[in-house]
Amino acid sequence: MMAIPLSWYIVFATVLFCIAIAGIFINRKNVIVLLMCIELMLLAVNTNFVAFSRFLGNPGGQVFVFFILTVAAAESAIGLAIVVLMFRTRRTINVDEINTLRY
Amino acid sequence: MNHAILQMVCFIAFAVVAVGAALAVVSVKNTVHAVLALVLTFFSAACLWMLAEAEFLALALVVVYVGAVMVLFLFVVMMLDIDLEPMREGFIKYLPIGIGAAVIMLLEMLGIIGIKTLQVPAGPNPAGMSNIEWLGTALFTHFLLPFEIAALILTVGLVAAVVLALRVRTFSRRQNPAAQSAVRAAGRVRMVKMAASTTAPGPTTVGEDSQA
Repeated sequence: MMAIPLSWYIVFATVLFCIAIAGIFINRKNVIVLLMCIELMLLAVNTNFVAFSRFLGNPGGQVFVFFILTVAAAESAIGLAIVVLMFRTRRTINVDEINTLRY
Repeated sequence: MNHAILQMVCFIAFAVVAVGAALAVVSVKNTVHAVLALVLTFFSAACLWMLAEAEFLALALVVVYVGAVMVLFLFVVMMLDIDLEPMREGFIKYLPIGIGAAVIMLLEMLGIIGIKTLQVPAGPNPAGMSNIEWLGTALFTHFLLPFEIAALILTVGLVAAVVLALRVRTFSRRQNPAAQSAVRAAGRVRMVKMAASTTAPGPTTVGEDSQA
C-alpha cells in the first residue's frame, strides 16, 4: 500500500526540472555541466513516468523509463567522446569559443 | 497509519536531499564536486523510485547511472585539464535570468498540475506480482522489438564513442592484418628457372667453385 500521493512525485519532478533549466542558463559556458543538467532533466521526466506508471497500474511507463535510460546512456557516452575530441583539437570546452560552424 | 507516515517522512527526506544536491550541481565551482553532487541526486531519486515500488528501475538507475555514466563523467572531468576561471564569468550576470526563468516555469507547471490532484489517492498494486515480474512480462511480450532496438542503439553508441575518441597515430609501427592474410606464396618466393651449367669445370675454375 502506498501512502504517498501522486502529486508529490510530480511536484518533485517539476522542481528538479526547473533547477536543471536554471543550471543551463547560469552555466552556459561549461559543456560538461550542460550535459549534467540534461541528465537532471531526464531524471525528472523519468520520475514522472515511474510515478504515473505506478499510480495508473500500467507497466508501459516503466518500460519507457527503461528505454530512456538506454538512450541516455548512449547519449552521454557519445557526448563525452565529443567533448574529449573537442578538447583535444581546441584545448577548450568553452561554449563561446566553439563557433567555427558560424562562419 | 504509522507505516504511511513513515513513508511520507522518507519521501520528504529523500526529496529534500535530491533537490539540495541538484542545486549544488548547478551552483558549485568545481566540476568534480558537481559530478559528485549529481551522484547524490541520482541516488536519492533512486530511493524515491524505490518508495514508488519501482524496485527494478531504482536498482538499474544506481547501477547504470551511478556505476557507469557518472564514473564516465568523473573520468572525463579529471582527464581534461580545464581552466575553470573563464567558465565562471557570466555566472552572476546570468543568475537572475536563470532563476527568473526557472521560477516562472515552476509556477506555470504547478499551476497546470493544480491543487486538486494533491488529493489523488494511491492506485492499486499491480495484480499480485512483484515489480520485476510485472515489468518483465510487459517488456518481453509487448515491447520485444523495442528491446532489441535498444540493444542495437547501445552497440552503435559504443562503436561511435570508440571511433570518436580514437586517435590514429601515424608514426607508430603497426601490423596490418588485412595485408598479412592477403599474402600468397607467389608474393613471397619467386621461382627462377635457370639453365643448368653444362660445361665441365676446368682446372682454372676450381678455386672459384670452392669459394662459392
